[in-house]
Amino acid sequence: MPFASFCGTTHSFISHSHCVSQLLCLSVISSFQMQFMLLFSRQGKLRLQKWYVPLSDKEKKKITRELVQTVLARKPKMCSFLEWRDLKVVYKRYASLYFCCAIEDQDNELITLEIIHRYVELLDKYFGSVCELDIIFNFEKAYFILDEFLLGGEAQETSKKNVLKAIEQADLLQEVRHLMKSMWGR
Amino acid sequence: MSPSVPLQEMIRAIRSARTQCEERGVIQRECAAIRAQFRQADNGGRSHNLAKLLYVHMLGYPAHFGQMECVRMIASPRYSEKRVGYLGAMMLLDEKQDASLLITNSIKNDLSHSNQYVQSLALCTLACMGSAEMCRDLAPEIDRLLRASNSYIKKKAALCAVHIVRKVHDLGELFAPAARSLLAEKNHGVLHGAVVLIIELCERNPETLERFRKTVPDLVQIMKGLVLSGYSPEHDVAGISDPFLQVRILRLLRILGHNNEGASDAMNDLLAQVATNTDSTKTVGNAVLYETVLTVLDIKSESGLRVLAVNILGRFLLNNDRNIRYIAMTSLQKIVGTDHNAVQRHRGTIVDCLKDQDASVKRRALELSLALVSASNVRSMMKELLLFLSSCPAELKAHAASGIFNAAERYAPSQRWHIDTILHVLTTAGGDVRDETVPNLIQLITNASELHCYTVHKLYRALLTDISQQSLVQVACWCIGEYGDLLLRGECQETEAVQVTEDDVLDALETVLQSHMSSPTRITDNVDRIRSIVSIYGSCIDVELQQRAVEYNALFKKYDHMSLFPPPVCGFPQVCDLLDLLGGSEETLQPSPAVGAPAPGLLINTASTAGGDLLDLLGVLEPAPLAPGVTLRHTHTHTHTHTHTHTHTHTPQSDTGLTVTLTASNSTDSDISSFTLQAAVPKLYLSLAGPFLAASHYIKSFLLQVNLKMRVRISYTSQGSAFQDTVQIDSFPGLDAAGQ
Repeated sequence: MPFASFCGTTHSFISHSHCVSQLLCLSVISSFQMQFMLLFSRQGKLRLQKWYVPLSDKEKKKITRELVQTVLARKPKMCSFLEWRDLKVVYKRYASLYFCCAIEDQDNELITLEIIHRYVELLDKYFGSVCELDIIFNFEKAYFILDEFLLGGEAQETSKKNVLKAIEQADLLQEVRHLMKSMWGR
Repeated sequence: MSPSVPLQEMIRAIRSARTQCEERGVIQRECAAIRAQFRQADNGGRSHNLAKLLYVHMLGYPAHFGQMECVRMIASPRYSEKRVGYLGAMMLLDEKQDASLLITNSIKNDLSHSNQYVQSLALCTLACMGSAEMCRDLAPEIDRLLRASNSYIKKKAALCAVHIVRKVHDLGELFAPAARSLLAEKNHGVLHGAVVLIIELCERNPETLERFRKTVPDLVQIMKGLVLSGYSPEHDVAGISDPFLQVRILRLLRILGHNNEGASDAMNDLLAQVATNTDSTKTVGNAVLYETVLTVLDIKSESGLRVLAVNILGRFLLNNDRNIRYIAMTSLQKIVGTDHNAVQRHRGTIVDCLKDQDASVKRRALELSLALVSASNVRSMMKELLLFLSSCPAELKAHAASGIFNAAERYAPSQRWHIDTILHVLTTAGGDVRDETVPNLIQLITNASELHCYTVHKLYRALLTDISQQSLVQVACWCIGEYGDLLLRGECQETEAVQVTEDDVLDALETVLQSHMSSPTRITDNVDRIRSIVSIYGSCIDVELQQRAVEYNALFKKYDHMSLFPPPVCGFPQVCDLLDLLGGSEETLQPSPAVGAPAPGLLINTASTAGGDLLDLLGVLEPAPLAPGVTLRHTHTHTHTHTHTHTHTHTPQSDTGLTVTLTASNSTDSDISSFTLQAAVPKLYLSLAGPFLAASHYIKSFLLQVNLKMRVRISYTSQGSAFQDTVQIDSFPGLDAAGQ
């Protein structure tokens, strides 16, 4: 005798922090993109936010708040990957800072961990044993370094040396222009 | 680069604020100062000013008034101002803002600036927040840069082109030729950008993909160079030469080899080489191996290579690093359908991961384990899964329970095993199972007729141990009601014999009742069921049991919605053990074919010739067990001077309705006029009737236990006098549609 079908509650499998909002239904076709990177402290204070997809300020704030909460709730020995909404989140803690990247479905989580690590190495080389305070007081430089390493969410330069050289040159240019100005009075 | 003193001073001031309120005050003051500075003429401090605003913005405060300043700064001839201006644009302006269009011209100019660092700023900003319109506007410029510039700019232009193609798909055609020629470059940054661009182009356009298939040999060459080359300090990461580029090339190969034999063949050897030679002691090596495995599994690889790939995943499962175990399971999940046997080989390790501390890993392991259950391993797998269920995190319980049910249904080696398994789940996670589990289980139990004795014993024992699991209690009560006689009989082949008396049963039911009396939810289902069981005992010969039954019924009165509920009268002349009567005559019952026709089979005539309050008698009519298609005729006779016989029959006509037919016959000498019939059901049951009656027959039979009641009022005139009578019907048994 076949079973009849009943109407009742369905316990469909709900992934971690599932949210039914449409906020992140952006680049639907591309499934290899890094959507954003967040740096935040253990108290949940944002230290850097780089968005590679267009979202309103309100949406960004909401996402940040939720994701920060989710990551901070994780225990130390847990996996570096979590499923959040329809994205994959890769995070790693370095001292007092959490580095958090949201990547899309088809992306390679392990290489994203390497990207995070490479960025930390760059910061470390630039600031000399970087700590959270460096990033707080020189936040614009943290951005400049990131923008010399990633472009549109993808790695643009795979050689550590080349990234650091470029930053150095750009920094010099900043100084030179100022000098130029004072020399020519304009 | 010297630090921005004004910026750092402000940051210090903000951080030294002790309260949120104080911070807000500092911020307000600073913003006012910044605003004032914006309005002033150029004073050399513009970049510091904007940087301050950007910091304030990062703290979460509004900064939209800085948008125009960004536009101005971008147009400045000074690099320091451009730099902060572009940063501001990326932070404050996105494509949704109108102001973003204003910087298009600046970007265009800067793209052809003599200084590559200025060009770089423009490229970065365009790739980060360029709108479709801006992209269309500037695409030719980007294409030019792809072809004729230095490596520094080329690599950035490639990634900028990626963004443009994502925004405006048609522009892919524009970049394809340039992308092709970039593959010949030696610079890793450029190569990386080129590969990412080609991936994007191939994803968007199948024709482009066809054309780029020709590049497979070139890509294989580049990969070989990376894998076999000696140590290259510039690109080395823990012994792997440029893992970022390797991963990207592997991904492009995956796209090109997918569904294409020729391309897959061309890359076969390379993939085998990478799979075998890559050092897997560090994460970076595993990242490359992971990408290799994904590629092998997605192209038309030869079986040996496939086995190699699955084995790598198997090794990953044994890795100490939890991350590696997690991604291994993610990949295995993707191929468990197509390469089922290969994945089965690693079943043991996967099952071990059920015990992992990490909830993400646990979830993955659960999904995979459920997918791996088969007819041959169902017993051992179920053991593990049931063990998992008893200790799994709350958010996984429902999924685990339903997964176990599905697997049990598909692969149950025997009915008894199936029932045992379901019982186990109900005792462990009864609160997390879906609502339809209970009727499904009842169906299962009913079908397993040889196991009725076993089942009722087990359920009874389960009930004794734990009455907190609602679904278990429901099933147990139903089962005891159905097969209570088997329970009382004591012996059971499948399980150890336990002497159970009616007293024991009533005790158990009493415990359930009492726990339900205190919690009003769902009271009706169980209470009425128990009431019906108890009522059965009420007609037993044993006086003591009768007495207890009466006491219970008095208790039930409190929860009844109709004030006119009469207590059943015990000890009427034809005392019979109804259980026996109904049980014994099951074979003679046949479904009633027509409405109103007298049904062959069971007729319970409770007409009393001794007078008295007829209402009482009707209250005693017991619900029959789920006997097939029985039609019960309610009869009652008026003992006034006139005798009228009213017969109620009911037949299930459809799954969505219940028809009650009242047949009235006048057996007196005189005519009856103005005959009216009114029927009423209590509101409570009306609301229950809706959803329940629409569902299957098993929900309907549950409704039975809920005891649909009806009050029927008839009024008529006879020989000049008006008569009125109200009758209450307490049960409508025999609604089982086993014949359907």
